[in-house]
Amino acid sequence: MSRARHPRRALWAAAISALALLLSYAPLASAEPSPEDFAPVTSTPADETTVPDIEPVTERIPTVAEPDGTPVELDTDLYLPHNSDGPHPALILAHGFGGSKESLRTQAQEYAGSGYVVLAYTARGFGDSGGRIHLMDPGLEVADVSTLVDHLAERDDVVLDTAGDPRVGIAGGSYGGAAALMGSALDERIDATVALITWNDLAQSLFTQSATAAAAGPTPAALEPTDIPGVFKQLWGSRFFGTALAGGPVEGGDPLCGRFEAELCEGLTQAAETGEPTPELLERLRANSPAEVIGDRMPPTLLIQGMNDSLFGLDQSDANARLIAETGAPLAIRWTDGGHDGVSTTAADDEDASRAWMDTYLDPELPVEEAATRPLPVDAFTYALPLARRQATAPLERLDAYPGLRGADPSERVTLDFRRTNPELRLVTPPGGQPASMTSLPGLGGLSGLGSLPTYPLAALPGSSGAFDTVVTEERLVAVGSPRLRLSVTSSGEEQVLFASLWQVQGSTASQPRTLVSPVRLTGAPGEEQEVTVVLPPATYVMEEGSRWRVLLTTTDNAFAGPRDVRVDLVDLAAASLELPVAEGEPVVAAGADGPDTESLLVGGVLLALLLAVAAAAGYRRYQSSRAPWREDLADVPLVVDHLVKTYGDGHRAVDDVSWRAERGQVVGLLGPNGAGKTTTMRMMLGLISPDSGAVYVLGHRITPGAAVLGQVGALVEGPGFLPHLTGRQNLEAYWRATGRPSEEAGFAEVLDVAALGGALDRPVRTYSHGMKQRLGIAQAMLGKPDVLFLDEPTNGLDPPQIAAMRPILQAYAATGRTVVVSSHLLSEVEMTCSHVVVMHAGRVITAGRVDDLVASEDTTVIDVPEAPSKEALEALRRTPGVREVEVIDEGDVAKVTIVAHRPRAEVVRAALDADLDVLAVGSRRHLEEVFLGVIAGAQGADASAPGAGQSMIERLRQVRAR
Amino acid sequence: MSDLTETSGDRVPAEGAPAASAREPSGQQEHRHGALSYAAEWARQLTRRRTQWIFGILVVLPVIFIAAFALDDGPSRGEQGTRFVDIATSGGPNFSVFVLLVSGELLLYIVAALLVGDPVPAEASWSSLRYLLTAPVRRARLLTSKLLVGLSALAVATILLPLWSLLLGGFVYGMSDYQIPGGGELDSATFWSRIAIAIGYVFVATLPIAGIAFLVGVRTDTPLAAVGAALMVYIVAGILDSIDALGDWRKALPGHYGREWLELLTTTDPDWTGMQRGLLWSLLYFTIFVVLGYRVFRRKDILS
Repeated sequence: MSRARHPRRALWAAAISALALLLSYAPLASAEPSPEDFAPVTSTPADETTVPDIEPVTERIPTVAEPDGTPVELDTDLYLPHNSDGPHPALILAHGFGGSKESLRTQAQEYAGSGYVVLAYTARGFGDSGGRIHLMDPGLEVADVSTLVDHLAERDDVVLDTAGDPRVGIAGGSYGGAAALMGSALDERIDATVALITWNDLAQSLFTQSATAAAAGPTPAALEPTDIPGVFKQLWGSRFFGTALAGGPVEGGDPLCGRFEAELCEGLTQAAETGEPTPELLERLRANSPAEVIGDRMPPTLLIQGMNDSLFGLDQSDANARLIAETGAPLAIRWTDGGHDGVSTTAADDEDASRAWMDTYLDPELPVEEAATRPLPVDAFTYALPLARRQATAPLERLDAYPGLRGADPSERVTLDFRRTNPELRLVTPPGGQPASMTSLPGLGGLSGLGSLPTYPLAALPGSSGAFDTVVTEERLVAVGSPRLRLSVTSSGEEQVLFASLWQVQGSTASQPRTLVSPVRLTGAPGEEQEVTVVLPPATYVMEEGSRWRVLLTTTDNAFAGPRDVRVDLVDLAAASLELPVAEGEPVVAAGADGPDTESLLVGGVLLALLLAVAAAAGYRRYQSSRAPWREDLADVPLVVDHLVKTYGDGHRAVDDVSWRAERGQVVGLLGPNGAGKTTTMRMMLGLISPDSGAVYVLGHRITPGAAVLGQVGALVEGPGFLPHLTGRQNLEAYWRATGRPSEEAGFAEVLDVAALGGALDRPVRTYSHGMKQRLGIAQAMLGKPDVLFLDEPTNGLDPPQIAAMRPILQAYAATGRTVVVSSHLLSEVEMTCSHVVVMHAGRVITAGRVDDLVASEDTTVIDVPEAPSKEALEALRRTPGVREVEVIDEGDVAKVTIVAHRPRAEVVRAALDADLDVLAVGSRRHLEEVFLGVIAGAQGADASAPGAGQSMIERLRQVRAR
Repeated sequence: MSDLTETSGDRVPAEGAPAASAREPSGQQEHRHGALSYAAEWARQLTRRRTQWIFGILVVLPVIFIAAFALDDGPSRGEQGTRFVDIATSGGPNFSVFVLLVSGELLLYIVAALLVGDPVPAEASWSSLRYLLTAPVRRARLLTSKLLVGLSALAVATILLPLWSLLLGGFVYGMSDYQIPGGGELDSATFWSRIAIAIGYVFVATLPIAGIAFLVGVRTDTPLAAVGAALMVYIVAGILDSIDALGDWRKALPGHYGREWLELLTTTDPDWTGMQRGLLWSLLYFTIFVVLGYRVFRRKDILS
């Protein structure tokens, strides 16, 4: 089945995988390391707030002239400590290739801030200094260091050991590191040295040979190469030229060489073109190396070298260390995971070590001889292990001595067998040397910066590469130094170049723990088998249990200028195992990493405190609620509303000092126009709203939110509420389950009769009409036969027969000695159903009492007349002695005249006849409507600003009815 | 006090009248503990379409993934993968981890916000909340029932998804050992313990969003606001988390340590620090939001 035939399927698959990818990787983008982590810098990214604000004094110091006689001045910056009282120790800072004194500014300010006179200078051939680049010629660049020492000796704020000999240290990285080492070797006045990521032999560093004829030396990273010149580091060579050319051509110089000295330039250019160095060039490079100048005296020296360094590897610092150890000078070695390809993750620690080194050996309190005998301020050998996944800083380990130096035990070596199944490799060098394998990107942080991309396919090009795998490791191994293996090579050419790199294989994936490669150049007759020992890149390697190790051999490498002639090499293992230097160091506890994780402690502490506070608050509330008020005197009163006040957040006072009570057997009607506070009162009676003051008691128990006594209260407030997906029956059952009471107390059968839903009972509630829900709501309120039943507008949505049916149910319910409270706008309904009524208006109770008492009284006579009587007739009636009040309600076909008088009813009727009223009927009973409107009118009359005060009684009645 | 008592003589002591002696205060405490029991709340939630849909989607999702992978008839990706998606089809264990990874972030967050944040505002929107409270269910009891049942449902969802995927993936792709992306394998005993811890961690990592949804739901009575606000907080936190300038402050963002469980399944020797921090932060946020929710609800006027 091909994709082309099913484009739609492919599209779907693509869309779904794209979605999955988006979901799984979008948030990861932020976790990618930011590019600046891999900038090829070696100095600490210092915290700017702690750098003292010390401005330097710029001085131009004349020094040794160029070989052609051109005078040279060095561009220097002098940083003085703030407290310039008293002589200070001095420090010379040297920069790396392509840098200038400006790149040393932060470091210089920090040292000056802690009491050093700091002289930062721009090397010959760079920046504003004069002269040309000679790549650390002992007679020129190294002599410049002595010139600076001379200059410092003349200052009166610098400690002098003897006349002309200041107390001075020198520190630098890379190019500056060589200046520090060589300057210290050649100038006896220098008292302490820190050299970072620098070379021992420049010839070996640029033309690298990793084949050795020697047996493994005592030190872990020793590489004693054969005499055959190595393979040119083309990419690094090009970078040097780029840097030097960026400085611009010097007058009369070769425009292609920039500020490089012409002869050196020519030699390097030629080597880059041919891949072969001339013997003269090799000799000059070797002369410009610590290897040639370190003699029998060195100051205390700290060597810091990085493992992420494809230019000057650990073998260079190993060689320097061996030379310095012979002089007897105090010596400490640090291997970091930084270098020319990336910043050390332990840069702050490295900086601290440098500081401690200078502070110890330049201590102005002690004579210089005594200072030099002090114990090492840092561990003699510290090395970084590989960065574990997601670790921010590499774990460090320490040893009391660098193995193999000064009588220390030599590096312990173990062997790891290769698999027997490794075949003999047949490696082809493609014509022109292309395509070239890619194992490292010099200066760009190495391929590890590319994250988890599979890099093995870029390195292991088919045909021109092959690999030897070890057996699976049975235990975790920590290799510290250079692994070695022995190969036999038979070639079709006269010159063989191979590149060896070390990979870790887990499962089916190979990864390169250190992006370094060891080039090997051999010479031999075609077809002749020769054996060679290859020294793999020195570093620390952690070999996890269960992983395999793979030595990848390639015939090309993009970082090197290898031969371009087509060639076939047969390569096989000459020894059955890989040899590994191992070490068991003591872990160095990084500053701030000691003890448990501070973030966890902090968060855990806050969490614990919070939980304790919550527990305390809960306990306190439980204690409070156990003292809930209980009014024994009200124990037999179903409902007491006692001076309730509720003001809402917007300032509206909904309920204002409301008090009333209901007794057993009563059906109480709660009446009032909209906004009278009926519903708010009802919600407070149920504990749904907390009153501002006052209380509601049911059977003596104060109503609080969720008070237990609410179990004796059934309610329907502002419409029913049901789970729409359940049937009516399920809803009642679910509600009853929520009360937690046994189902036999519920009395389902009785309330289902009340609901009278018939077959609809087993349909989901969402299909119900308004009236059906309402009946179900009343039924729910009556579940469990509560002592008090609150029904808010129970007749809402019911048709007249249903209303009529509800009336005897409520009356019968109350007749069992229980209490029913009904709020309704159907005044006639209230009149027919309720025994008692409470009328509310504007948040207050304006009248309350028995319905019968309210609607009927001895002194009231209601006369029906065919039409509204004239004003004169009414005036006449009012003037009749004993008549207190006359009101007319015109209902269209009939008008009702209500007369309140002291006199017997017969005399009142007579008076009406006297006033010419056509009496149709005479009654003693007013309707509740009239009472209601009357008391409302009275309340509004008291409050003239109330809306509707001027409206006619009829208008108000219409409003009431419309509700 | 308005006096209606004059008529108390009218009282009809009819048959079936409640006995006053049954209403001692001590007797009234008894049914409190049973009010809105977990079983009752489970029944309320399980019958809901929403719950059924959620679990339905969780069950169908792995099937959709398998169908999607089946459509890929390109060269096999099963061998050298450094991404989870590349080796997802190499076996049941890998498939289940892949499903947990792609759904762990957004899908389970929505599920958490729905299951924990929605029950209270849903009752409010059906107007049934006031009837529950007057049943009576004490307010704290109501929240506790809703919260615990919501969390249990979330736990079931979090366990169901990877386990069901494992089963389904094992059936379709075979039960080979778990492959670590980028190389290496975990034997089945290690994998089982790791996936168990990872599931536990994913559950804990969704707690803050559940807490936010719970608080907003209790406060606003709107189911949509609860889920929406919780997701919004997580999205904003995610955006802030991608701003490097915030430095270490980002560690305090909810969700910052949301993927720490991958540590268990991407390396043979996991570093527990991140998970420890994530666990504590999650519990802290969850506690804060839940405590606020209880506090709000205890004092709230129920107007729904």
